[in-house]
Amino acid sequence: MNDTIDGCRVAGLISLDGEDIYNPSIDVVELRARVGMVFQKPNPFPKSIYENVAYGPKIHGLAHSKADLDEIVVSSIRRAGLWDEVKDRLQEPGTGLSGGQQQRLCIARAIATQPEVLLMDEPCSALDPIATAVIEELIDELREKFTIVIVTHSMQQAARVSQKTAFFHLGKLIEEGKTEDIFTNPVNKKTQDYITGRIG
Amino acid sequence: MPLNEHIVSSYEDELTALQSAISEMGGMVEQAIQDSVTVLLRLDHAQAQELRLRDKDIDATQQRINDMAVSIIARRQPMAADLRMVVTSIQVANDLERTGDMAKQLAKRALQIESLSLAPKFYNGVKHMADLVSRQLKTALDAYATRNAQAAVEVCGRDDEVDAMYNSLFRELLTYMMEDPRNITQCTHLLFCTKSLERVGDHATNVAEAAYYLETGRHLGADEQARQQA
Repeated sequence: MNDTIDGCRVAGLISLDGEDIYNPSIDVVELRARVGMVFQKPNPFPKSIYENVAYGPKIHGLAHSKADLDEIVVSSIRRAGLWDEVKDRLQEPGTGLSGGQQQRLCIARAIATQPEVLLMDEPCSALDPIATAVIEELIDELREKFTIVIVTHSMQQAARVSQKTAFFHLGKLIEEGKTEDIFTNPVNKKTQDYITGRIG
Repeated sequence: MPLNEHIVSSYEDELTALQSAISEMGGMVEQAIQDSVTVLLRLDHAQAQELRLRDKDIDATQQRINDMAVSIIARRQPMAADLRMVVTSIQVANDLERTGDMAKQLAKRALQIESLSLAPKFYNGVKHMADLVSRQLKTALDAYATRNAQAAVEVCGRDDEVDAMYNSLFRELLTYMMEDPRNITQCTHLLFCTKSLERVGDHATNVAEAAYYLETGRHLGADEQARQQA
């Protein structure tokens, strides 16, 4: 994506299992299968709830039979905490769900391909507080199986859901450390100013 | 008002852990007060030493409770009843720590008194007062743990009994001193001990006030005043 933006400059290193993801020899298709994404605005495909989740495993050839695929779809929706709400209407369009449900559907879709890392970009910014709490509880459960990286403007959310926090400001990494330390006793003055609402 | 569980279970777990830490610290302090009174009345110097060291554990528990509370405030943004729970846990832990100090004071006095030769009636008085403040502390801690505002009001009402008992022991000690000046040293030590017990009663009242605030969100003193005026 960065290739399509003129003047985009990247410094520093992002590595997955020790490998630089910007290394030209990296297979980006494989990389995308290993890193799942959930976006700010819930973006289910204009297809059925079932198809939304089945799509990824199908194109990556993860299911060998219909039964296999059913199993992956059901377990992904269950893990996303959505099963009880949609089990009787898997053939209905995903776009007919509420915002919070759509976001959990997107999470189910992202985990269906068994990624190693789940990137979440502002996953709750379009949700009400209860739907947000449901997603945050889900994040807590999913972190047993996946590494979750969440981008958020809400410092409160970062404090609630994460174990490690990195503070980026105007494109620069200012400080990173244990969430507890960042929010109770940050080392960098900029971090201190930002989290206490003093940055000018 | 019975509360439902939080949607985010790890938050629920942290609040439960904080509540248990308070109960645990309460248990340690209750035991310390009882033991220190026994030590004082028996002049058991060996156990007095042990009690002084035990105070460090109580202090460490307070430290742990404060850290937990700060972490919950920073990371969970507690609201309403949760916020009161976290804030009062800091207050209660502080009162318990001071109560633990009182137990240590009693143990230290016990080490300074060589021998006691007073009328049995007096020992009974001290024992009685210690029992009363221990009961006050226990009831206050129970009121806090179970969020029972009524029990908290009762604890505060009984603090007058503690004060009355202190005054009567004070007069009794003065009498012993006047009867025989050789009693002055030990009686002065004991006077400080009864004062310490009276302070424990005050801390129990503080815990009860915290329990009342936790449950109702209002201040007991102000509410009592309003009731009396009505």
